[in-house]
Amino acid sequence: MDNKLKQQLHTKSKTAKYEQRGKLASIMMLVLIMVVVLGIIGFILIKGTSMFFNDKIKISDFLFSTFWNPGGKTPTGNPAVGALPMIVGSFSVTLLAALVATPFAVGTAIYMTELSSKRGAGVLQVVTELLVGIPSVVYGFIGLTVVVPAVRHLFGGSGFGILAGTIVLFVMILPTIVSMTVDALKSVPNHYRQASLALGATQWQTIWKVVLRSASPGILTAVVFGMARAFGEALAVQMVIGNAALMPHNLVSPSATLTSVLTAGMGNTVMGSLQNNALWSLALLLLLMSLFFNLLIHLIGRKGAFKK
Amino acid sequence: MKNINTDEQYFYPFEANEPMAIATEALNVYYHDEYHAINDTSLQFKQNQITALIGASGSGKSTYLRSLNRMNDEVAKVTGTIDYHGVDINQPDIDVYEVRRRIGMVFQQPNPFAKSIYDNITFALKRRGITKKAALDEIVETSLKQAAVWDQLKDKLHQSALALSGGQQQRLCIARALAVKPEILLMDEPTSALDPVSTAQLEQTMKQLREQYTIIIVTHNMQQAARVSDYTVFFNAGQVVEYNKTNKIFTRPKIQLTDDYLSGNFG
Amino acid sequence: MIDNQRKNKIALMMIHFITLVVVLILALLLIDIFSRGLPYVNWHFLTGASKPFQAGGGIGMQLFNSFYLLILTMIISFPIALGAAIYLNQYAKQNWVTSVLRTSIEILSSLPSVVVGLFGFLLFVIQFGYGFSIISGALTLTVFNLPLLTRSIEDSLAGVDKAQLQGGLGLGLSKFETIIHIVVPAALPNIISGVILSAGRIFGEAAALIYTAGQSAPQLDFTDWNPFNAASPLNPMRPAETLAVHIWKINSEGIMPDVTQQSAGAAAVLLLAILLFNFLARFIGRRLFMKMTSAKAK
Repeated sequence: MDNKLKQQLHTKSKTAKYEQRGKLASIMMLVLIMVVVLGIIGFILIKGTSMFFNDKIKISDFLFSTFWNPGGKTPTGNPAVGALPMIVGSFSVTLLAALVATPFAVGTAIYMTELSSKRGAGVLQVVTELLVGIPSVVYGFIGLTVVVPAVRHLFGGSGFGILAGTIVLFVMILPTIVSMTVDALKSVPNHYRQASLALGATQWQTIWKVVLRSASPGILTAVVFGMARAFGEALAVQMVIGNAALMPHNLVSPSATLTSVLTAGMGNTVMGSLQNNALWSLALLLLLMSLFFNLLIHLIGRKGAFKK
Repeated sequence: MKNINTDEQYFYPFEANEPMAIATEALNVYYHDEYHAINDTSLQFKQNQITALIGASGSGKSTYLRSLNRMNDEVAKVTGTIDYHGVDINQPDIDVYEVRRRIGMVFQQPNPFAKSIYDNITFALKRRGITKKAALDEIVETSLKQAAVWDQLKDKLHQSALALSGGQQQRLCIARALAVKPEILLMDEPTSALDPVSTAQLEQTMKQLREQYTIIIVTHNMQQAARVSDYTVFFNAGQVVEYNKTNKIFTRPKIQLTDDYLSGNFG
Repeated sequence: MIDNQRKNKIALMMIHFITLVVVLILALLLIDIFSRGLPYVNWHFLTGASKPFQAGGGIGMQLFNSFYLLILTMIISFPIALGAAIYLNQYAKQNWVTSVLRTSIEILSSLPSVVVGLFGFLLFVIQFGYGFSIISGALTLTVFNLPLLTRSIEDSLAGVDKAQLQGGLGLGLSKFETIIHIVVPAALPNIISGVILSAGRIFGEAAALIYTAGQSAPQLDFTDWNPFNAASPLNPMRPAETLAVHIWKINSEGIMPDVTQQSAGAAAVLLLAILLFNFLARFIGRRLFMKMTSAKAK
């Protein structure tokens, strides 16, 4: 009897094999995702650098020249692959949108966590979640039919440009920043507030000096998230920015962003041509910026020791 | 190396021919490779008896229990032998699933699956290839009867187990463990989440189960150990202080430390 | 002291004002879209074919394409996300391998969708030779969907009491079968909410599709359900402009005479669908939860 038992305990049961296969299958899925990420970075790195290797374009001509007409020449005879107008455009709309959105988002988040009733906060929560869900083409459409005419009416020009892009992006990133800021404010322990109020501080002093200060890494993360979203947003911006690859001379002159030139141009070029390679270099720039934002968020997260 | 307590140990002298269900030899348990939770513990558990493991929290009694059916595999390092009918089941090539089927476990918190009562009991059986409805029905009935909860549940077998009371849930968990026909039942503070009435009923059930199963129960409740068990092991700081017949340990403990603990002087 | 009190009052008033502005912006946004769009929504609009050069077209093909792509994407991405989530939540140890895997998911979730779209264009459209097609679009959307879906499933699994897994292990079941048959079903209400929410995101995505699923919606023959026929709605190799891409396309081309009305109608339908997804996510999750626990609050 004991021999039989010994054998039973020593043979690998069906259950054990099932476990092995299941575990393997689940890690394969994870590896697949990682391969995809590496694939994306690899592909875009290769395509994005081919302009520099194959077409012998200097990186400085790409980053610092203001003439964008791939295949053509600048007035001084250099290849016209200057991405500076788009770089400036992308950074302008991103920074401006974040600048406008942050006070609104933080104010709303303060209202939700510090001032309003539970029910009011709940309603606002639902509203922000719904807003996050609105597709970017819908924002773009509103931008095109409401914002652009309004800008044209108020400031003249065509209405297309950085200002219209900023307004559209402001509304788009608002809910993202609000909901992440709410999380950051909620993670501030309640006894911080009570201690401050007990010391005779007003509610505003408590919010400003205690709550916001201790939540600042979280709020910063929220803003960077919003900026990352704004920087990578393509269609909504492309619909209102005017799509002229020129250095913007003011907020209402038609200009372009990395994403807008990419979406508008990719379909009109032949794979492997200089015109096409130049676009892939823009895509690479976009990818690098996205990785940079990611890194930034990590760094803030590590620095903001106050957590949980 | 030697702890002061090791000098003061007492082990009940079993006869060589007494049938043992399971025994450990020099069992050591380490958490995170450093914290030594169980120190060189050698114990035997007699068949068809209830053995209670008592001791203060952190004394290692639960850790020891969970090592017996390899439930600590993922969280701790366990060295030494666990002798189950002549087979050392603490070897890497042992099929832990077969071990756990033969050595069942009932947990501190009732943890029925989010399924019907019937499915709670039959799930593990179905996974092991028993699919005939008649056979399953029979096992459900006998195991619920063994757990003394058949009369209460027989009319709602297909309702969710989560809707039951705590006491009923724990009995269902016992029935679920019995359904896979184990030989040993490990119980980790099975009544700590229950009210006094359910606790008393469950203790009654344990005494009946002793006829067919060997039961090892961890309890923080000394009265419970005194009421239900045949043997009692007192753990302190990862070591056994005294292993004795229950009636002896509670009336005339051999070791001073046991006496201190049982009379409430520490712990 | 008086000064502080006044400052306090002003600051709190400002916050109320800011919140009011935000709520107004959002309310106006919704009102604007629905008031402009809904008047154009009727049966003909919802089912008819679009007419690039004349007024009075519909969005029937695009609507169908959006749903078909959504379903295909979910079928492909759910098992992958589930497997990845199971590994991360139940098996992964705290070490550098896990943190590399987690970081790669984070990176993927932060990539702009246009970058994901361009990757899909390179890999599926060109390398694999699938062309502008449903399948290229679905695979690209899978890449886009995986990180968020994985995270939401992981969160759902984390919400399940660890005692459930222990219970399965204690019966001699393997960890994986306990996860699949016990833990995942227990997490199902939250998993389904997450799936539906991500469905809303997929439904509205356009940038990733422009160069993968294409920008044309050929007339479909809704009597032919053989996926291998060219005109069959189910054919995965045909180009398929979705509703979201359609809105972008007609607005950037601007040839359609009634482009504003058409896009307003399409935007309203798009938004309505997404609100519906949102509502369903809440409703179904809650109902399922009540059913599973027999409505007994614990």
